[in-house]
Amino acid sequence: MKTVEAPSVRADAPARARAGRVGRRWRPRTLVFRLVMYALLLGLSAFILLPVGWMLTAALKPDRVPVFTATPEWWPREFWHWENFRRVLTESMPFLRYTLNTTLVVVSNVLGVLISCSLVGFGFARMRFRGSKILFSILIITMLIPWQVLMVPQFLMFFKIHWYGTYLPLIVPSFGGTAFFIFLIRQYMRTIPRDLDDAARVDGLNNWQIFWRIILPLSTPVLTVCAVFTFLWNWNNLLGPLLYLDSDEKFTVAIGLANLVTRSDTPWNLMMAANLLSIIPPIVVYFFAQKKLIGGIASVGLKG
Amino acid sequence: MITAKTSGRRSRLGRLARREERTAYLFLLPWLAGLLMFWIVPILWSVALSASDWDIISKPSWVGLGNYREMLFDDRHFWLAIRVTLKYILLSVPLYIVAGLVLSLLLNLKLRGMNLFRTILFVPSVLSGVAVAILWVALLNPDVGAVNSILRAVGIDNPPRWLGSPTWAVPSVVLIGLWGVGGGAIIYLSGLQNIGAQLYEAAALDGAGPWRRFRYVTLPMLTPTLLFVLLTSLIDAFQVFDTAFIVSGAQGAAGDSLRFYLLNVWYEGFRNGRLGYASAEAWVLVIAAALVILLIFRTSGRWVYYEYDPEKER
Repeated sequence: MKTVEAPSVRADAPARARAGRVGRRWRPRTLVFRLVMYALLLGLSAFILLPVGWMLTAALKPDRVPVFTATPEWWPREFWHWENFRRVLTESMPFLRYTLNTTLVVVSNVLGVLISCSLVGFGFARMRFRGSKILFSILIITMLIPWQVLMVPQFLMFFKIHWYGTYLPLIVPSFGGTAFFIFLIRQYMRTIPRDLDDAARVDGLNNWQIFWRIILPLSTPVLTVCAVFTFLWNWNNLLGPLLYLDSDEKFTVAIGLANLVTRSDTPWNLMMAANLLSIIPPIVVYFFAQKKLIGGIASVGLKG
Repeated sequence: MITAKTSGRRSRLGRLARREERTAYLFLLPWLAGLLMFWIVPILWSVALSASDWDIISKPSWVGLGNYREMLFDDRHFWLAIRVTLKYILLSVPLYIVAGLVLSLLLNLKLRGMNLFRTILFVPSVLSGVAVAILWVALLNPDVGAVNSILRAVGIDNPPRWLGSPTWAVPSVVLIGLWGVGGGAIIYLSGLQNIGAQLYEAAALDGAGPWRRFRYVTLPMLTPTLLFVLLTSLIDAFQVFDTAFIVSGAQGAAGDSLRFYLLNVWYEGFRNGRLGYASAEAWVLVIAAALVILLIFRTSGRWVYYEYDPEKER
């Protein structure tokens, strides 16, 4: 086995060096065993894909024909009503509006998280100051406190400062940083060799320049992980928008969907069309970020 | 003695070190501001709220421990929510932990096309609770949903009424969560890939078969991951909201069998307008969660094995 390691900065480099070759995967030897494993994998994939496929065919059915038939009908029998998607987006439901609203919230959150968490992560990872241990412990504690305890008082606070009914309660907190991401970034930045800083200092760079020109570019893997998680969490967030948004033109996709369900007269085909549209952005982001995401989780790791 | 030591250290802090300290606090500023505004102030406020009766409109009145007394002795919904949540935790947490582990072992095999299978199995974990709940409300529709149609087709005449039935409602939510178990498998996979190959080679030299290699190498080396997964799945289970919210909306009154704790808090606070009472209920959840987490950490020393201690390496 080749063990050519690129001279990249890896969070788990020391652990890897100690453990020798890692990432061992077991290759099943017998044909029967391999076939059984493939059967299992195919079965599990069907368990994931069939419901999604069913959602697509249900979304393409006309209003009159019941989505539910005595035997599950996977294929629409007569027409492919692609216009159902158009109806959901613009005509009978404003899901295009909801999508744009959600995009605004998501992009702002990603920006907020990247700016604040990288700064704070750098401070914790590479600077010496009194109180750093205590502050870091507080950070860990806030990571463990379930945020529900804050649901009511935060709501009241935002209500008092007249942020209720705006996007501000959904966006501004991200600029204060998210404990989990600060933690991830700090762990990652700690593994970047100190020699780089020292060399830069000799060249006359100050802390901000070291942060901006040296550490930040080297931290893109962990920043990507944080950005993708922030995207997914906010795209999928129901409770936040449910608490703070009060008018239809401000609603996000999650609330739009929830309202479809609560309203009992929504035709199932349109509900499934809306649902299907809502899962496209997360899936696209997931496909593009997949390697980095899984590699990122693996390298950021659970140690320390 | 301690004072002498710190003051000694202080005087030794040079100009450069002091400047670094100031810069460090500038780097930390966003978080410190957020901590004050979004954590400390609301938490203090929440403690006060939990001892008062308030609906935003009228003046708050101080009730001391009255909210907690009402919860314990006079609130059917509070106990219902606890029963529903406990039932869910007992059913889901062990199942998700084991299923995630088994799935990750399967996905860790060296087989052609494995990347495709991994991609497919991780998909549900990136979808929103809302989207997944809506999909499964449709699939689990007792009369015409795809699941029961299939069950009838294979000869089960009286399939369960799933989300509409008091007995099956919680197991149905567990089943819906099982669809996304691939998310947990990602974490196990990264744990599996950090196990040194030489451990397996040594075990093989000692004549250990596949089962014993799993039992005496994989499992012990995976205990830190197991601890992490145990903690996160417990915290998640305490906080079920989206699925319960969607299903209750779709099922109307039958939603009572899915009155998860957090949903109950939301009902009290934002439907019934009892913000003080909701705060008190939120505190009960937080304290319960904290106790469970503490208990797990306390006992974790006995079953979690760390190959090396990162704290000792600085």
